[in-house]
Amino acid sequence: MSDQVSDQGGLTIHDRPNSYIGRGVPRPNARRLIHGRGTFTDDIKLPRMVHVAYVRSPFAHADILSIDTSAAEAAPGVVAVVTGAEFAKRITPWEGVLTHLQGMRSPPQYPLAVDRARWQGEPVVAVVAETRAQAEDAIELVQIDWKELPAATDMMRAMDADAPVIHPEYGNNLCWERNVDVGDVDAAYASAAAVVEDSFVFSRHTGVTLEPRVIVADYNAGEEKLTVYHATQGPHMIHAILSKHLDLPEHCVRIVCKDVGGAFGIKVHTYGDEIGAAVLSVMLKRPVKFAADRLESFTSDIHARDHRIEGKMAVDKDGRITALEIDDITGIGPYSMYPRSSGIELNQVLNLAGGSYDIGSYRARGRVVFQNKPLMCQYRAVGHPIATMLTEALVEKAAQASGIDVLEFRQRNLMADDDYPRNTVSGVPLEKLSHHAALAKLTGMIDYDGLRKDQAASREKGVYRGIGFASMIEVTSPSPAFYGVGGAPISAQDGTTVRLDAKGNVIVSSSVTEQGQGAESMLAQIAATAVGVDMANVRIITGDTEMTPYGGGTWASRGTGIAGEATVRAGRALREQVLEVAGIMLQSDAGSLDIRAGKIVDADTGNERMDLAEVGRVVYYRGDTLPKDYQAELVATRHYVPKAYPFAFTNGIHCCHLEVDTDTGIVKILGYWVVEDCGTVINPLLVDDQVRGGVVQGIGGALYEECIYSPEGQLLNGNLADYLVPMAFEMPDIEVGHVSTPTADSELGAKGAGEAGTAGAPAAITNAINDALMPLNARLTINPMTPERILNAIGKV
Amino acid sequence: MKPAPFEYVKPSSVDDALTVLTEGADDTQPIAGGQSLTATLNMRLSAPVRLVDLNGLEELRGITDAGGVVRIGALTRYRDLEQSDLVADHLPLIKKTLPLIAHPAIRNRGTLGGSIAFADPAAEMPACVTALNGAIEITGLNGVRKVAAGDFFKGLYETDLQSGELITAIELPKAAPGSRFAIQEFARRHGDYAMAGLVAAAQVDGATVSDIALVFFAMGGTPVAASSAAAKIAGKAIDADAIASAQAALDDDLDPFDDTQCSAAMKKHLARVLTDRVLTELAGG
Ligand SMILES: Cc1cc2nc3c(=O)[nH]c(=O)nc-3n(C[C@H](O)[C@H](O)[C@H](O)COP(=O)(O)OP(=O)(O)OC[C@H]3O[C@@H](n4cnc5c(N)ncnc54)[C@H](O)[C@@H]3O)c2cc1C
Repeated sequence: MSDQVSDQGGLTIHDRPNSYIGRGVPRPNARRLIHGRGTFTDDIKLPRMVHVAYVRSPFAHADILSIDTSAAEAAPGVVAVVTGAEFAKRITPWEGVLTHLQGMRSPPQYPLAVDRARWQGEPVVAVVAETRAQAEDAIELVQIDWKELPAATDMMRAMDADAPVIHPEYGNNLCWERNVDVGDVDAAYASAAAVVEDSFVFSRHTGVTLEPRVIVADYNAGEEKLTVYHATQGPHMIHAILSKHLDLPEHCVRIVCKDVGGAFGIKVHTYGDEIGAAVLSVMLKRPVKFAADRLESFTSDIHARDHRIEGKMAVDKDGRITALEIDDITGIGPYSMYPRSSGIELNQVLNLAGGSYDIGSYRARGRVVFQNKPLMCQYRAVGHPIATMLTEALVEKAAQASGIDVLEFRQRNLMADDDYPRNTVSGVPLEKLSHHAALAKLTGMIDYDGLRKDQAASREKGVYRGIGFASMIEVTSPSPAFYGVGGAPISAQDGTTVRLDAKGNVIVSSSVTEQGQGAESMLAQIAATAVGVDMANVRIITGDTEMTPYGGGTWASRGTGIAGEATVRAGRALREQVLEVAGIMLQSDAGSLDIRAGKIVDADTGNERMDLAEVGRVVYYRGDTLPKDYQAELVATRHYVPKAYPFAFTNGIHCCHLEVDTDTGIVKILGYWVVEDCGTVINPLLVDDQVRGGVVQGIGGALYEECIYSPEGQLLNGNLADYLVPMAFEMPDIEVGHVSTPTADSELGAKGAGEAGTAGAPAAITNAINDALMPLNARLTINPMTPERILNAIGKV
Repeated sequence: MKPAPFEYVKPSSVDDALTVLTEGADDTQPIAGGQSLTATLNMRLSAPVRLVDLNGLEELRGITDAGGVVRIGALTRYRDLEQSDLVADHLPLIKKTLPLIAHPAIRNRGTLGGSIAFADPAAEMPACVTALNGAIEITGLNGVRKVAAGDFFKGLYETDLQSGELITAIELPKAAPGSRFAIQEFARRHGDYAMAGLVAAAQVDGATVSDIALVFFAMGGTPVAASSAAAKIAGKAIDADAIASAQAALDDDLDPFDDTQCSAAMKKHLARVLTDRVLTELAGG
C-alpha cells in the first residue's frame, strides 16, 4: 500500500473524524511526572555502579607537566584514577568539522586533555569511586604540575599577530571564514537616502537545563554490549558516535533516554566527560555514572552566542531597504564541537540576517575563531536571536532615519505574502511565509495607538516606556542539508512504528525524544487521530535505539514536522491493515469501513460494526478463522525525511512593551505579544507554551544571562546566584496568536515552533528599550542589557 | 558538588553546644538554617571537621516581649518573624523588610541568627539591626555578653563573634511613637541579594526629623552607616534641598567595591537614588 494513496474518499489526516489535531489536550505524561514517577537518568541505579568525577583544569591554557595519582588511588572508595593520556589509548579522537562548511578546521580532540588544557573546566583526570562524594574527595589528592600559558580569551584579539596560537599547527586562531556577496551593496550605499550602522555585542551565555547532563554507561562484557542511559536529544547520534570512537559494532550499543529535564540544545553534543564514562565502563566492566554538577555545567556545557557584529543598512527615498551588510566574529572555544560543529551559529547568522525582508543586496563576512574558553555550539534558536536582533535594530533605526513609523516601515519592506516560493537575500529557499498577515494579526492584539499615547503621556511625567517589534523567520524541520551532507552521523529522518495490541490499544514507538516539551503528547494526538482511537488507548515509546525506528531526535524544532508526519503515515498504514482484516471478518469492502473511537464502523453512516479488540482477538488468537492464504499484519513503520526544501521556514512577529527606570537601569516588561505561524498546530497549549518558554529564554539573553570571564579566562559567575536566569517574577504574561500557513511538503502541514520565542525576544526587547530611551539619546546594542549598561548608555554612570 | 566529609553533632542544650564548639575551636562550625552554609560546604569553600547542628536547641527559639525590646532567639526563622504579632506591632521595619529577603522556601529555613553571624554585606537584616541600634546577645562557656550591632560587624564576613561562641539572641528596641522606617533596595531579580540597599530609621516630629540613621547594605564590607548624610537631615524637614545635601555628603560615607552585578561607580550612583527615594518614603510616613 502506498503512502501517496489517500484513504477513503481522498480524506487526509485533516478530515479524520474525532480528530485530536488542533486540540489543546493535556499531556498524557504530565501525570507520571507530577506523581514523581518520572525516570530521569540520575534515577537509574544499577548493581555495581560506580561514579566518576573529573579533575578539571583550573587554567584557561596550561601545559600538564606531570600528574601524580598515587594518593588519590589510595583514597577510600576509589576504584580507578585515569589520566587523559590513558583515555587517548582507548578511544579514537573526533574532529568537529562539517565538510559543507568549506575550509573549516578543528584538530582531533580526546575526551580529556592529554598534555595541555585549553579551557578552564576541561576534564583532565577521571576519578572513579563507589560514591560521587568519595570521587570528589579523591580529586583533591590528584597532584598536577601545571605550567600556565598565555591565554587567548578575547575573541576580538584572537586573530592579532601577537595572540597566543591555540593550535600551533594552524599558524593562527581561525577556525572558519565565510563570505557572502549578493547584488551591489556599494551602489546601494551610493544612492541611499540614509545609511544606518550599529555595533552589536552578544555576550556568551549558556542553556542552564534544570536537569544537568547525566550519563550511566553499562558495558556488559558477557554480551560485549554497551548500554548507555543518557539524558540526550539525539539517541541515534550518540549511538553512532560511541560505536565509532569506542570501536564497538553498532548493534552492540544501545542508548536509552528516559525523561529529560530540559535540553535546549545543551544535550546533543559530544562531551568528553560523558564519553569518558563510557570508556571507563568498558575498561572497568561495570556501570559508570557521570552527572555534571552545577559548577561543572557552567564550565563544561556548551556556551552560545558570543558574537560581535558590525551592521549597516541602506534605505532609499521611499523607505525601502536596499542593502544590508554585516561583519560577524564569534569565539567558539579551543575546538569546534563534534559532530555539529561550532560554525553553524555563525552560518545561521549569515543565512538569516535580513531574512524577513525584500532586500536587493547583501554582503557578509563571518569569522569563527578559537579561544581559551569553553566550547560554543548550538543552543536554542541557534543564530536566530543574533540575526533577528541585528536586522530588527537596524530596521527600526532605518525607519526613524526615514521618518516612517516602525510598523509601516515593516509593511513596506517585509516580503509580500503572495510572493512565494522565493529565496532570502542570502539565498535560502522559502516555501511560503505570512509576514504581513502576522503583522496584521499582531496589531489586532495590541492597542498600538493607545500604547503610543500612553508613551507620550508617560514621558511628560518622566516615565520612560518603550514599544519594540521584531519580525522573524525560524529554521525548522531541517532536511539532510543541515548536517548529513557535511558528513555528520545526524539523521534528518524520523520513524514511527504503530502496532495494535490484542485489546485494540495502539502502541507507538518513535525516534524523537521527550525533553519536557510535549513530543509524546503530539505523537499520541496524531497516532490516535490517524488510527481512529481515543488517546487514552495510545501508549508512546521514545528514547531507545533498540526499540524505536532510526531517526534524528529532538532539535532544530523538528519533532512535529518530521516525526509527526511519519506518525500520520504509520497510523494510516495500521488503519488500513486493520480495516483489511475487519473487511474479511465482516465480509465487507475494507474501503467502506473506518475506525472511529476504537470501533470498526461503516464509513458512510458511522454505524458500529465491531470493536477493535475483536480484530486483535481474532488475529492474535484465532488466525485459524481467517482465510488460509491471508496473513494479517497489525504493525506498520513509516519514515519521513523532508526533501523539497532544506528547511521548513516559519515566521512570526513579536512586540514588547516595557518601562525603564532611568535612575536605576531596571527594566520592567509590561506586556509581551507574539504572533507565530508554524503551519498546522497539533496542540495549541503546547505550541503556546513553547513560544512562551522561548520568549523567557530570550528575556534571559536580553536582560540577564552572561558568562562573565576574567581576562585570564576564569569564569567569575559559575553559579545560579551570580549567573542570572529569569524566574517567575521576571516573566510577563505572554499572549500568543497564530496565523497558519501549512507546509505543502507534508500531509500534516506542521512546521516547528520550538525556537521562535527565543529567536525574536532579544530583538523586540532591545528595540523597546531603545524606543523608551530615545528622548535621552541613549542606544543599546549589547545583550544582556544590564542595569549598569543601561545607565552607562544614558550617561548616568 | 559534594561537601568534604565532616562529623555531625546535634546537641540538645546550649551548654552542650558551647562545649563542643569550644573543644573543636576553629575546626567546628554551627549550622542553623543552612541556607548560606550548605552552599559553601557543597562548593568546598569551607570544610569544617565538625558541624554542630543548632536545630535541637529550643532555648534559641522564640520571640518574646522583654519590656523596651523584643528579644528574638537566634534560631528564629524569617518565616516565624513574618507571622509574629510582636514583630508586626513593634518592629515595623523588620516586617517591611522580610519579603525582600530571598524567596519563601529560603525564608522557611533561614534564621535571623544565621544571617547576623554570616554577615553578608548585601544582607538586609544586618543593616536593619544596625539601623535599629539592636544588640547581639553572644554566649560562650564564660558567660553572656551583649554587643551593639554597630560594633558587631567588623569587616567583610568578619564579626565580633569569637571561636567557641554562639549568637543566642538579637534584641531590637520597640518602635517609639513618632518613629518612622523605610527600606528600599535595587536587585537584579526579585529576591536576589541587592546591588544596593538603604534602611532608614528616624523620629519625625511634625516635619522635623531627629535621631536619623541611614544604613546602606551592599555598599562595602559591612552595613555602612551614612552618618555624614544623616547629619544633613537631622533637625530639618525632608525636602528637596535636604535630600540634595544628604546626597552630596555620601562621598564622605561610602567607599563601595565592585561585585559581579554592579561596579563601585554604579553603587555610588544607586546610593544617591536610594537616598532620594528612601528619604521621600520616610517623609511620606
Ligand atoms: C537563593 C538564596 C537567596 C538568598 N537571598 C538572600 C537575600 O536576598 N538577603 C539575605 O539577607 N539573605 C539571602 N540569602 C541567605 C539567607 O538569608 C540565609 O539563610 C542567611 O543568611 C543565613 O541563615 P541560616 O540560618 O541559613 O544560616 P546557616 O547557613 O546555617 O549559617 C550561616 C553562618 O552562620 C553561622 N551561624 C548560624 N547560626 C549561628 C549562631 N546562632 N551563632 C553563631 N553562628 C551561627 C554558621 O556557622 C555559618 O557560618 C539567600 C540564600 C539563598 C540560598
